Amino acid sequence: MNAVNDRSRDIGPFIPGTDDDILICRCEEITKGEIRKAVHDGMWTMTEIRRYLRTGMGLCQGQTCAKLVKAIVAKELGISPAELEPATSRVPMRPIEMRIFANELADKKEDGQDGK
Amino acid sequence: MGNNAEIIVIGGGIIGCAISYYLAKRGADVICLEGSDHFGNGGSSRNGGGVRQSGRDPRELPLVMYGIRNLWPFLSEELDVDCEYHQDGNLRLGKTKKHEEILTGLTERAVKAGLDVKMIDGDEVRRINPYLSEEVTCASWCPTDGHANPLTTTLGFYKAARKMGVHFLSGEKVIEMRKVKGVLRKVICASGNIYEGETIVLAAGYESRAIAGTVGIDIPMQPAMLEALVTEAEPPMFDQMLGTAEADFYGHQTKHGSFVFGGSSGLEGFTKDNGTPVCYAKTAPCICRGIMKYFPDLAEAKIVRTWAGWMDRCVDGVPVLGKVEEVPGLILACGFTGHGFGIAPGAADQLAELITTGSTQVDLSALRYDRFRAKI
Repeated sequence: MNAVNDRSRDIGPFIPGTDDDILICRCEEITKGEIRKAVHDGMWTMTEIRRYLRTGMGLCQGQTCAKLVKAIVAKELGISPAELEPATSRVPMRPIEMRIFANELADKKEDGQDGK
Repeated sequence: MGNNAEIIVIGGGIIGCAISYYLAKRGADVICLEGSDHFGNGGSSRNGGGVRQSGRDPRELPLVMYGIRNLWPFLSEELDVDCEYHQDGNLRLGKTKKHEEILTGLTERAVKAGLDVKMIDGDEVRRINPYLSEEVTCASWCPTDGHANPLTTTLGFYKAARKMGVHFLSGEKVIEMRKVKGVLRKVICASGNIYEGETIVLAAGYESRAIAGTVGIDIPMQPAMLEALVTEAEPPMFDQMLGTAEADFYGHQTKHGSFVFGGSSGLEGFTKDNGTPVCYAKTAPCICRGIMKYFPDLAEAKIVRTWAGWMDRCVDGVPVLGKVEEVPGLILACGFTGHGFGIAPGAADQLAELITTGSTQVDLSALRYDRFRAKI
């Protein structure tokens, strides 16, 4: 994207809401209120929100809550969710045991094939 | 808000954000420019979280010791964010005679510089951390080292500085610095925006080289990719920071319960990254094999995420800090060579002091830009 984003732009004050205690990221137990507050702390991108609060950093890696978080952040900033780039998806796609992840060389020796 | 300030900071990583913070604390007027879309987007949020003194070059040791004594213990309270700082010691592990020699050399130099660090044998290592395998035969042990959360610490500096009135802009990629009447004054961005300041701090990681080049300064450093991974949350096992003699593996267990480990495949510099910090397929499995040799108990721990990042590797392994004789008005703060996180508060605080008062409590002369010479 690389559009200039002035972090001093006035987005108004943080106004507490009645639904602020709703859990949005269930893996890491982050509430709507925490996400809204983080926006007022200056976290204006999905990547910054994730790094600051851990939303989407749990077992599901944001596959459940990413859209919800994005909608909350966009609303707080007064912009369209389409303007927010999603946080980077990381390898592996599913949590995988260290002994299995580590095993690519051993498998190669056994069956003589790459990548199995 | 205008485009002029007393000080323009180029780079919104932990170094740039922390310098902005410590400058604002001293009453200075600051603009901080980040080239990417996110603050803390480079090594600042991709590192292993070490806050250590042991294993460091004696030239940068006083600076990190200053930070660990005076800044780190109070940082969470000061920034109003949980930095997750733990000061429970650092074990730098060895398995071979060669490792022992490396560790002994590092330890002797650090002791000379006044650091409380000593060599211990394998049994003592396992008394401190009972999960380590029998393969570990020695370690250096520095009880005042530790670790912290790079994400909350970096963004904490950003948050606190922003609250104090620092003007932060992301997506504002600096392409040129320009002198006016022999003194550095202007910062020109790809957007076409021009910023002006009396002092310009260059803290843009490895990209500092190209930017410094526009005023005729060449810092001998290059990007080098490093990789890391994190496990799912595990029950609490240990609180120390860990490293190895070969510096091929390091990590700790976080407050969250997950283990963050960094490492390498030995193929660094020759991997196919296509210009993006994308993980190389061979690295994470290699890190896993390394971890399991040290910690057999972690074999069943699940990896949930892997990532990569570039460090700004300086030719002699220590950062380039302070004024540059040829360019009045310029302050360099780059070249941290992959261990810039732990030293960041100390370095940033002292550079802010240099900018606002003209002197520093910690002697920075060994880290100046004029140290680079050809060998003959």
